[in-house]
Amino acid sequence: MQALDGNAIAGSLAEVFGADMTMAVGRCVHCATRSMIAELAVYPRVPGPVARCRTCGNVVMVVIEFHGGVEVRMDGFELERPPATV
Amino acid sequence: VVDIVDETADVKSLVLDAPEWVGHRAGQHVDIRLTAEDGYQAQRSYSIASAPEDEHLVLTVQRIDDGEVSPYLAGELRKGDELELRGPIGGYFAWDDGGPLLMVAGGSGVVPFRSMLRHRAAAGITAEVRLVYSSRSWAQVIYGPELTDLAGADGVDVVFTLTRQAPEGWSGRRGRVDRMLLDDVSWTPAEMPLIYICGPTGFVEAAAAALVDLGHPANRIRTERFGPSGG
Repeated sequence: MQALDGNAIAGSLAEVFGADMTMAVGRCVHCATRSMIAELAVYPRVPGPVARCRTCGNVVMVVIEFHGGVEVRMDGFELERPPATV
Repeated sequence: VVDIVDETADVKSLVLDAPEWVGHRAGQHVDIRLTAEDGYQAQRSYSIASAPEDEHLVLTVQRIDDGEVSPYLAGELRKGDELELRGPIGGYFAWDDGGPLLMVAGGSGVVPFRSMLRHRAAAGITAEVRLVYSSRSWAQVIYGPELTDLAGADGVDVVFTLTRQAPEGWSGRRGRVDRMLLDDVSWTPAEMPLIYICGPTGFVEAAAAALVDLGHPANRIRTERFGPSGG
């Protein structure tokens, strides 16, 4: 499947973090590549998309969408600074 | 929904009255969530086609026949219906001002660029902008007459290229957006254009790679991909 990009999960991330996260910069914990969230490779799937590092291909983020809510697990991506509004 | 405009055979623009809308920036998108009677939900992202200055919020939707959301939006939806929107979303692909600005669109990837071009006109922005827009045929060009009009303004240039079929007497470009075409129509890397690319994944990656190959720094290039899963 062809990957989309981090723009595709921007709505879910904004809902969780209360701020636009597309330009938030972080580091892949697997290979240390720095990137903006908008630049990650995002694969749509059920129950929610996964984001992978474009350099090493490892999963850095998992979005779980359920009725009435969204959960984001970002174990593989270290944000350089927390979003301003959190 | 206050109006539905046929753009091409499979593309419609939804003109919305959104009283609680907080305003948006050109290039942003919204998520639309549909809920079936049994509670099943499906959600997709759509770029905003209207300028921040426009009276109504406009979304342009291409119908993907085996999609879950677009056949409803671009088929069954009627004036007076209501939609559940989340947005505006995204800062990375937004554009307020600054240039020169090169916009590279594949298919319905032109939608956010219509917002940017209308914003440029409405806000009196003088930055030079150029849109390169690839479609399979003239019949599949979205906003054709409007883009042609907008291209008449000072500092605005629109380059159409048709990849499969061109009308008789077509004097525009033929063929894909490749390194040669981009070299021909783009500003040079020394002129430091901002570059925005929107389209299907394969289109975006080929155009971005060609521009990097031509010497444009990756950090001047912003990309937004959509796929068949966008249906």
